[in-house]
Amino acid sequence: METRELTCIGCPLGCALTVTMNGKEVVEVKGNTCKKGDIYARKEVTNPTRIVTTTVRVSGGAAPMINVKTQSDIPKDKIFECVAALKGVTIQAPVAIGDVVLENVAGTGVNIVAAGAVEAA
Amino acid sequence: MKAYDLIIIGGGPAGLAAAVAARDNGIESILILERDKQLGGILNQCIHNGFGLHTFKEELTGPEYAARFIEQVKERKIEYKLNTMVMDISHEKVVTAMNREEGMILLQAKAVILAMGCRERSRGALNIPGYRPAGIYSAGTAQRLVNMEGYMPGREVVILGSGDIGLIMARRMTLEGAKVKVVAELMPYSGGLKRNIVQCLNDFDIPLKLSHTVVDIEGKDRVKAVTIAEVGPDRRPIPGTEERYECDTLLLSCGLIPENELSKSAGVDLSPITSGPIVNDSLETNIDGVFACGNVLHVHDLVDYVSQEAGTAGKNAAAYIKEGKTADAKTVEILPVDGVRYTVPKYIRPTEMEDTLTVRFRVGDVYKNCAIATYFDDELISKRKRPVMAPGEMEQVILQKSKLADYPDLKHITIKIEEA
Repeated sequence: METRELTCIGCPLGCALTVTMNGKEVVEVKGNTCKKGDIYARKEVTNPTRIVTTTVRVSGGAAPMINVKTQSDIPKDKIFECVAALKGVTIQAPVAIGDVVLENVAGTGVNIVAAGAVEAA
Repeated sequence: MKAYDLIIIGGGPAGLAAAVAARDNGIESILILERDKQLGGILNQCIHNGFGLHTFKEELTGPEYAARFIEQVKERKIEYKLNTMVMDISHEKVVTAMNREEGMILLQAKAVILAMGCRERSRGALNIPGYRPAGIYSAGTAQRLVNMEGYMPGREVVILGSGDIGLIMARRMTLEGAKVKVVAELMPYSGGLKRNIVQCLNDFDIPLKLSHTVVDIEGKDRVKAVTIAEVGPDRRPIPGTEERYECDTLLLSCGLIPENELSKSAGVDLSPITSGPIVNDSLETNIDGVFACGNVLHVHDLVDYVSQEAGTAGKNAAAYIKEGKTADAKTVEILPVDGVRYTVPKYIRPTEMEDTLTVRFRVGDVYKNCAIATYFDDELISKRKRPVMAPGEMEQVILQKSKLADYPDLKHITIKIEEA
């Protein structure tokens, strides 16, 4: 049995978590104050994931940039690939919150969606 | 002179939530004045997620959170002016503002809500020695340049200060291809949220050096290198601990200061601790009918609390407008002692307050396994255990009106940190 100490990123509380593992199997999660902590801990020691937020360029809009994000969390080791895939992307205004900007980013099966709105100029 | 029942200075999260609450409490004539070209305030440049966990039970980005409130303002057809800078608020609540279309305008208000937000502590206020080249930005300026304007301020970065904006920008600059070499923090603890240490620094192997500060900036035209050194308990650099980092950019994330130039000229009394107005339970300042909420009142850790607080200010401003005056009532002072730096509000009126009142504050140091104790005069009323408290995170105590009614002769309330 080995233990790993984590800080939960589920909310601003930042609970100190202790995960007990038997090889690759999670035996116990301690220190969480809600269910989010348990889910986060189990994921973090097996397949850590993150929501990625960044920006892409907008053409013909009232603003030059728009906030975009992964619709759900993606594997942590795909973060840079995800951002790189968005480097050359320019979208046409108007853009509304939730519009799909890029499908299946970096082969994760997760779409990139607009997390802000830009009206046409 | 055009007249409104309520004028709200600032169209960020505080101003928006205050406007919605005032309208929902029966005030028709409302005007929001915003100096930027869009509503939403600082949220527009905060593209990271994590906003709205309390309010909407989901994690939104800054623009998404702002959009929810902007929508509510638009649904209610609340009037607002963009690109409009407020120059002055008089004692008589005449607001002087300026914009390109109308020039200088004078507006009479029955009540005013201050919601101007805060600004970042600048290099000038930090007394950092060295040259004054290009490449030194506040973290928030860099955030606006990257996220809203689409410019990269630099390629090799040192960050001073571990407040949340500094941590968020360490990740942001890294994702955009910059190399963030180190984050130095003067204090022995981080000023930011724990989750941001994990997901903004640890995820990208960016070192955080606690008890370190910048002792030299090199470069005549552009930053060439920054030297940091360890500081002792007196927060002075320890000779011989200097480390030099070659870089082209220095970001400063060294604290936020409520922006109260307008409040001062209006005659609003400010707290030397928060740099924000001193308010009572209705978030009213010493001037009748002038209320304050959000980061102009005290710097918040979460926008959800800003929205809540602004809702209270909006509701109370509505009540003031309907009554036409501030109720004359007995006032009890809240004394922050033993680790509690300040409280907002500072004064409460036991007969006028809501059934429950949230008193927010920050602690002055990191406290482990301690408790927040509340006293009515010398009597202990409540004691709540807290495993960890840190200056970067706000704490709260909830006061019950019914409980206060049992203490008609109460002189003051004391809130302090005690051993658990």
